[in-house]
Amino acid sequence: MAFLEIDEVHKSYGHHEVLKGVSLNVERHEVVCLIGASGSGKSTLLRCVNALEEIQGGEIRIDGDTVTGAGVDLNALRRDVGIVFQSYNLFPHMSVLENVMLAPIRVAGVAKGEARERAMTLLASVGMQDYAKSYPDRLSGGQQQRVAIVRALAMQPRVMLLDEITAALDPELVGDVLEIVRELANGGLTMLLATHEMGFAKEVASQVCFLDNGSILERGTAEQIFEQPREERTQQFLSRVVKSGRL
Amino acid sequence: MVGLVLALVGIAMMVAAALRLRDYNGSGLVATIVGAVLVVGSLYPLVPAFKAFAGDRKRSRLLREDQLVPARRAAAAAREEAQIAMGYAAAAVIVAGLLLMAFANGGGVAETFFTKSAWDASFNEMIHAFWTNIWVACVSQVLVLIVGLLLAIMRMLPGRAGAPLRLIALVYCDIFRAIPAIVTILLIVFGTPLAFPTTANWPPEWLGIVSLTMTYSAYVAEVYRAGLSSIHPSQSAAARSLGLSYTQTLRTVLVPQAVRRVIPPLLNDFISLQKDTALLSTASIAEVVLVSKLWESNLFNLSPITLAAAFFIVITIPQARFVDYLIERDAARRGAH
Ligand SMILES: Nc1ncnc2c1ncn2[C@@H]1O[C@H](COP(=O)(O)OP(=O)(O)OP(=O)(O)O)[C@@H](O)[C@H]1O
Ligand SMILES: [Mg+2]
Repeated sequence: MAFLEIDEVHKSYGHHEVLKGVSLNVERHEVVCLIGASGSGKSTLLRCVNALEEIQGGEIRIDGDTVTGAGVDLNALRRDVGIVFQSYNLFPHMSVLENVMLAPIRVAGVAKGEARERAMTLLASVGMQDYAKSYPDRLSGGQQQRVAIVRALAMQPRVMLLDEITAALDPELVGDVLEIVRELANGGLTMLLATHEMGFAKEVASQVCFLDNGSILERGTAEQIFEQPREERTQQFLSRVVKSGRL
Repeated sequence: MVGLVLALVGIAMMVAAALRLRDYNGSGLVATIVGAVLVVGSLYPLVPAFKAFAGDRKRSRLLREDQLVPARRAAAAAREEAQIAMGYAAAAVIVAGLLLMAFANGGGVAETFFTKSAWDASFNEMIHAFWTNIWVACVSQVLVLIVGLLLAIMRMLPGRAGAPLRLIALVYCDIFRAIPAIVTILLIVFGTPLAFPTTANWPPEWLGIVSLTMTYSAYVAEVYRAGLSSIHPSQSAAARSLGLSYTQTLRTVLVPQAVRRVIPPLLNDFISLQKDTALLSTASIAEVVLVSKLWESNLFNLSPITLAAAFFIVITIPQARFVDYLIERDAARRGAH
């Protein structure tokens, strides 16, 4: 039994079906990458796992426990599942430190002093300890994204969802952020991430899934998908990505 | 050139106005001094005007010496001085024109609106009555903040369970934004004591407060709602994804960001509420406009009403400037991003 099980998930916005029966398993300590064209449903899938979107069919299980459907304690689920967004979404009216401390204090009930200590340790681990008092609008995109990762980690989630977290960054900032994710992967954190950084995916992912138009068209190891894609759509997508210089 | 002509016209008009002012005041010392200061002030545009002429001559000289770049600089400086001269001269003409208008018709205009004896006679009663406007406005504002927030929260209740309350709040806001404030005032102040005899002994000011609160909370609810919904949904998603509940998200993430954005429009509504306390005069509440009208019909002179206007100006302008300051500060903060 996999740690995170996504089973035949359907999701529609009105009449527009965005996920058409997606199934996907993520084992403990495994890193799974989602690739796919814009609009193929990567963000939607991640948001469904975090219950930010309601699903219309199928089931999602974490550690064997069903977390979709009526009666699920969403706040408890979200404590186990961290998500980092493409657009950082830091709280602009709070300092970096306050951003990181908010959920541990309010949700997990950690004492203030302890929360601060933990936040500072985490910030230091991504080289952001000197910016604890700064407000997000004073930080570069890469710095903001590092804080956003730390903010999610502060809740000690059992699985992290990363949604194209480097897509909005200038090329020279991408490396710093990926380095952090690499360390998390090496540390054994279970992760499901949408990314177009193929080189990075090859390095950390044990499984790559190609999402096309709301379903997973092809899956396999990074080598398989990137070097010998079976499906024509996958080949087309990869050649477009290569042309745009992402590989 | 235009600047110089305008400056001269301004000076001439200002001299005429100063003379009228002195005559009107029976050569009083203050009026003479004020007139003299105004005339001296109107001389000021001459300075940039002459600088402009000097600059122009310098340009011609430089051109003859074939110094193109310095000539262009001199020309630009001269043009700038000429524009300054025009700007200040135009202002002098406008001020002088207004003064002349005030003393037109052999002092008739001044007599009608600015009779000092009428002000002296009515001032005490007027300021007393204006106090009513102020406390009625303040109490209403506090109530409006509370009722408006309740309405806004009602309008944003989620799900089917919230639907009936959402509808009630929506209907309330629609109705009270549709009814002119003066109509609400008439209905509430005259109607309540008849409909509920227990309220017959209430001071009418209380009912005035009720009617202003009813009207303005409908507007303020919209202001709150606009402020909250102007915050991007990704903020709410980020908060929920960390495990914060709906109320925690509202309290720690949405409301603190919304407050800063709603303060300027909120203060604008408050300024407007202050002015609308004047409408209570139609409901026989002894506020400043009603009292000034009584004095007006007593003295056959509009000056007490001008005095009422002056009271409103004195309390409103600082607030208007404060709102502008807040808006500029926020704009600067956004610009800094
Ligand atoms: N809130 C919404 N309401 C309606 N349609 C939506 C909504 N969010 C997403 N969609 C639609 O769902 C589809 C999938 O969107 P999604 O954001 O999951 O794509 P994506 O694979 O993450 O793309 P990208 O690489 O551009 O981020 C798109 O067609 C989009 O228009
Ligand atoms: Mg996306």
